[in-house]
Amino acid sequence: MITKRIIPCLDVKNGRVVKGVNFAGLSDVSDPVALARYYSESGADELVFYDITASAEGRALFTDILREVASTIFIPLTVGGGIREVADFERVLACGADKVSVNSGAIANPALIGDAARRYGSQCVVLSVDAKRVGGRYHVFAKGGREDTGMDALDWIRRGLDAGAGEIVLNSIDTDGVKQGFDLEMLEAVCAFSNVPVIASGGAGCAQDFVTLFKAIPKVDAGLAASIFHFGEVSIASLKALLADSGITVRRV
Amino acid sequence: MIAIIDYGVGNLFSLRSSLAMVGAEAVVTADPARIAQADRVILPGVGAFGDARARLAQTGLDRVVLAEAAAGKPLMGICLGMQLLFDRSFEFGEHEGLGLIPGSVVDMTPRITPGLKVPHIGWNALEITKKDHPLMKNLSDGDCVYFVHSFCAVDCEESLLARTEYGGAITAAVARGNVCGCQFHPEKSGRIGLEILRAFCEIEG
Repeated sequence: MITKRIIPCLDVKNGRVVKGVNFAGLSDVSDPVALARYYSESGADELVFYDITASAEGRALFTDILREVASTIFIPLTVGGGIREVADFERVLACGADKVSVNSGAIANPALIGDAARRYGSQCVVLSVDAKRVGGRYHVFAKGGREDTGMDALDWIRRGLDAGAGEIVLNSIDTDGVKQGFDLEMLEAVCAFSNVPVIASGGAGCAQDFVTLFKAIPKVDAGLAASIFHFGEVSIASLKALLADSGITVRRV
Repeated sequence: MIAIIDYGVGNLFSLRSSLAMVGAEAVVTADPARIAQADRVILPGVGAFGDARARLAQTGLDRVVLAEAAAGKPLMGICLGMQLLFDRSFEFGEHEGLGLIPGSVVDMTPRITPGLKVPHIGWNALEITKKDHPLMKNLSDGDCVYFVHSFCAVDCEESLLARTEYGGAITAAVARGNVCGCQFHPEKSGRIGLEILRAFCEIEG
């Protein structure tokens, strides 16, 4: 049976991983290549790199890093951040990305999803959605969660699926950073209709939160997190051991 | 040297890098002379069968691949590249394949448990049916590899090397003589994937 995926997410700014990291055996904890290798060797099923650089120099550094990661680590790589047009897909795919995640760029230009899916295939297009409860509904937020678009998140995801998005990353702003577990209610609402993989993001505070996620919502395909892995609170190997002991199918390395 | 057939489909960055990782020299090429010089050939592929088959025909690379296979050179198809090795595919109509391995390629949706998502995306475990095949020599049952596909090969029991379980048995790897194929992406399957590529590089031509 297909395994549930565990996906660490690395925010990269000016060539360095943002957010403090502290691992035994890693001499340079903000080196994206070293960190990617560490995660890959400890059993990460996929890596997500977000480019949060604003400058052209930072962007060039980012693609250099991506190329280096993709030359040495052979698991799927997803790239997001600053993807506004099909040319941005081309730029990161040429450096070894397998999937490209769109968020604000797709909100500004919804045709981007379909254009990219037709050109590179749906499997390549990941729709990442930052959503938050507003007046009893889920609203889509843009620009890293700072701007309420007023759009209904479930409608937006349906549109994305119709246009050809091949995976959904659902990041709950309500649970993000709170470390009390994933937003099961919001995930349930999306899993009820999504015919493509749904990746849960936002809220993981401990390994048990992943067990709860996959037990409560069997249709969720993957759990994504950043800080609990970066800060070493949870190792991927121990998380996978716990999931396996809990009867959840995972890939062991 | 390994020739990776370049017919304008798919992203070959990782395939080239992973071959370098196992110490193999590889070129991405559409030049029949360079392909003829290579001691083994990889047919990659992502996208729709009909488009890929048409590109192979337009470029004449289908005849090149068939000639290399007939000459006994080790040939590996990956993902859509594996599907192209079969007799035919029913993806958006009916298309003739390269006919190197008996069998057909069909939509997996009606063949698996209803409600499962298609494409089949993610890491899934191998069940090896021909453990003595050279391509499988470094693998064990339960090793996970990375799949991304909506169509699957059927009626190919004699060539089957490994299958996976996704609401039904799905063809994962096949071989017939010097021709072999993987439905999954070895270049994205971590250490296990590298072992498969290494084994392919060691198959005697």
